[in-house]
Amino acid sequence: MDVGVQQFVALSGVLFAIGLYTALAKRNAIAVLMGVEIMLNAVNIAFVAFSRFIRGEDPLAGQVFVVFTLTVAAAEAALMLAIAVAIYRGRESVEVDEITDLKA
Amino acid sequence: MSTVRFGPELALLVAAGLVVLVDLAYPRRMVSLALGLLGVAAAAVWTLALGFGGGRGSAFQGTLLVDNFSLFFAVLVLAVTGAVLLASWDSLRAMGGREAEYVALMLVAATGALLLAGVNDLIAIFIALELTSVPQYILAAFSRTNRSSEAGLKYLLYGAISSAVLLYGMAFLYGATGTTSLPGIAHALSAHDGRTAAAVVGMVFVAAGFGFKMAIVPFQMWVPDVYQGAPTPVSAYLSVGSKAAGFAVALRVFLTALRVDGLATDWANMFAVLAVASMTIGNVGALWQRDIKRLLGYSSIAQAGNLLVGLAAATATRGDVLGASGVLFFVAAYAFTNLGAFIAVIALSHRLGSDEIDAYAGAWRRSPLLAVVLAFCLVSLTGIPPTAGFWAKLYIFNAAVRGGMVWLAVIGVLNSVISAAYYLGVVGVMFMRPPAEERRISLSPVVGLPLIVAAVGTLAFGLVPGPLIAAAEHAAAVFAH
Repeated sequence: MDVGVQQFVALSGVLFAIGLYTALAKRNAIAVLMGVEIMLNAVNIAFVAFSRFIRGEDPLAGQVFVVFTLTVAAAEAALMLAIAVAIYRGRESVEVDEITDLKA
Repeated sequence: MSTVRFGPELALLVAAGLVVLVDLAYPRRMVSLALGLLGVAAAAVWTLALGFGGGRGSAFQGTLLVDNFSLFFAVLVLAVTGAVLLASWDSLRAMGGREAEYVALMLVAATGALLLAGVNDLIAIFIALELTSVPQYILAAFSRTNRSSEAGLKYLLYGAISSAVLLYGMAFLYGATGTTSLPGIAHALSAHDGRTAAAVVGMVFVAAGFGFKMAIVPFQMWVPDVYQGAPTPVSAYLSVGSKAAGFAVALRVFLTALRVDGLATDWANMFAVLAVASMTIGNVGALWQRDIKRLLGYSSIAQAGNLLVGLAAATATRGDVLGASGVLFFVAAYAFTNLGAFIAVIALSHRLGSDEIDAYAGAWRRSPLLAVVLAFCLVSLTGIPPTAGFWAKLYIFNAAVRGGMVWLAVIGVLNSVISAAYYLGVVGVMFMRPPAEERRISLSPVVGLPLIVAAVGTLAFGLVPGPLIAAAEHAAAVFAH
């Protein structure tokens, strides 16, 4: 079987769904972050696959995009961990459903 | 020398670096704030010079545009940033030696917001969006209290998920068209039937990503929590600057790249439904709030719904940019009004030591100026003349009617009636109820200045809306074809 753009898009779709489910269903802030990372990697697969298979005026743009995505994802992860540490200092927990000071 | 067009952003970045460096030698909040304001002023002067000196055009191979639209938002964002920096004066004292970082992060967030109004390429849009978001995540958690950390965590988690969704949409738009430049996408989509599955998926996901920044339903869950927990000046910035940038980039992307037959009808209908949901959920949610910052949070969701009415109407009639100019006028009027309200809340809550609406009882007797300004701004948010908010609602609902969406305008007006209940409820508490104590509430002149400017602006554009309408029409004309 030839592996074409459909297979890659299907893979990225499955990964994205897994990541989104993890991000929405997990209660630990760190696990939510892991879900977001999976989503971002699904995005990267889609970009690289489109860049390889699509005829357009800008075939390299997809690969360039991935470099930026990776960088920004690293920055977001660092910030997320810093805030998680700050939260943990205050409460000894990073379970998101125990962090409920803010309510009506 | 097209790089000159990058000048305002560059001025802000240089100022941000200088603020941090100078803080090493002179750790004074006065110095940090003055340098920050200087940077904002330099960027504003540069922006005006570009506007009046014929500096329109593009930079970096067409990635960054300087046109009437980006200039309009640049002036707005810079004014908001300056006002919020001034209003942070009292809050800066409580930040224990981290004033410079606060000011620098504000400037970087403003840089991202400025870029967001001008960039013309998906990659640049993503970078600009993150450049304005990441500093705001930090700012939301800046007080290091439990509540502030919680606000930062929630904002960051929702933000990270929504930027992944946005990226996924961008990947599909790229897959559908083979390019990341907005005019290129429009060209590729209109060359053949643009309404392919990939383009529709891309459009919906991109709308979801921007929806987070605009704080519309169903991406509004973070708003009340973050507004309540973040330092109040940061909430003020989020509700005005961040929202304005979100609508700027949404207008640019949807009206430049995705305004193709079929696809345009899809997103116009989608935004119309989301507008109704945002207005209704925002207004009904606000009715039960006892905390003024949460109330303003729900109110900002409802106002985002009003703005979406303009976005939905933006494509209804071809070649007509009434919807787009309605969004621009509304954003500007809302900026003055909501900033006025937030700065009054900053000043009142700082002295009262509470954000509870009950604590505002008799504020009229304790500080007539603050109470009158807050009441006036709340009246403007309701949409009662003679305020800027009245014209904003009239303009945007008129755009909906002209675009054939009469039902949308009717729902919008009904929602304004609901909103009167909670806006005027706060006014009632301030003016009708007796104060708990008689001690006067003082107001520092640094915070008073932006307060007066916002209030005067709300009144002035309420009495003479003509010049602002002309500017908005001028800016929206870049989307006419």
